[in-house]
Amino acid sequence: MATIDRGDPDGLFDGLSSDSADLLAQLRRRLAAEAQSAGLLDVAYRTVDTPVGRLLLAATPAGLVRVAYPIEDHDAVLTTLAERVSPRVLAAPARLDAAAREIDEYFAGVRTHFDLPLDLQLTGGFRRQVIEHLTDIGYGRRESYAAVAAAVGNPRAVRAVGSACAHNPLPVVVPCHRVVRSDGSIGQYVGGIEAKSTLLTLEAA
Amino acid sequence: MPPFEEVVAEYGPMVLRVCRAVLGPTDAADAWSETFLSALRAYPDLDPGANIEAWLVTIAHRRAIDIGRALTRAPVPAETLPERPSAAPDPADYDHDLWAALQALPPKQRQAVAYHYLAGLPHAEIAALLGNSTDAARRAAADGLKTLRKLYPKDET
Repeated sequence: MATIDRGDPDGLFDGLSSDSADLLAQLRRRLAAEAQSAGLLDVAYRTVDTPVGRLLLAATPAGLVRVAYPIEDHDAVLTTLAERVSPRVLAAPARLDAAAREIDEYFAGVRTHFDLPLDLQLTGGFRRQVIEHLTDIGYGRRESYAAVAAAVGNPRAVRAVGSACAHNPLPVVVPCHRVVRSDGSIGQYVGGIEAKSTLLTLEAA
Repeated sequence: MPPFEEVVAEYGPMVLRVCRAVLGPTDAADAWSETFLSALRAYPDLDPGANIEAWLVTIAHRRAIDIGRALTRAPVPAETLPERPSAAPDPADYDHDLWAALQALPPKQRQAVAYHYLAGLPHAEIAALLGNSTDAARRAAADGLKTLRKLYPKDET
């Protein structure tokens, strides 16, 4: 039974809407493609299923701008992207195909380095320095919050490093999970401690 | 502003029904695509307090005029129409009798019916779209609906 519009007298217009779901899905794909060609697709997104849950991937024309865990609330993340980047946000998997493939390969254990254009516009200042340093921590390695603070030239900013990691707009791809506590315990993580442990175990294998 | 994808999800079905009512099954998909592409272009400049439904219908109305064929074509008596145009890119269950009845209405009645009963627009806003008075828009919607009920009787239950 089709949804009756509020003004539709007695469902007179049901014949206009019966089972349009396939057509609408097709039209939405067409819109994403046409928006891309017209240069109107400011933020494209899709999701990808992984051992640490369904990740949201979002990209601007410049590159991957956001990776989000389910506990960050994907709808809330998209709303923030609309506010901070552009409201021209569409589900458009094509732009994220390469990112999704590399993430699949990473979780399959056959990729140790991401080779994707990144758009770091969601982070700035000290946090951005931290984020840029994190991309230098190699696969399977770990660095303490204190060591990261020292590496970015501010050895006393240990808590600020923790905060930068907690606000990493590109978890998994920018490996904030490789930053652990000096006592060897794994510390906090934007995707939850279980996800961090899964990533570290994967990389230790 | 919410992500545009939310606008598409929420209003996409309504705009498709309006396009189908005004233009018929063959041109509705193109009108829908052009409406949302135009809307996407203008979206960042939209007043955050705007009525999105009315905004989309305004755009759909203009795109429908651009596509135009259904509105300039002389009304064709329903019984001469093929029941199922084979090339229609539409689901087979689209109701072609309903479209035939809608197509028999004068364009302004068909538009007033679609914008009022499918999109829920007030008569004053429909008048602004059609370039007539609020009373004329109200009459067009009422007359159109009356004729439609005669041409396309739904089974009484």
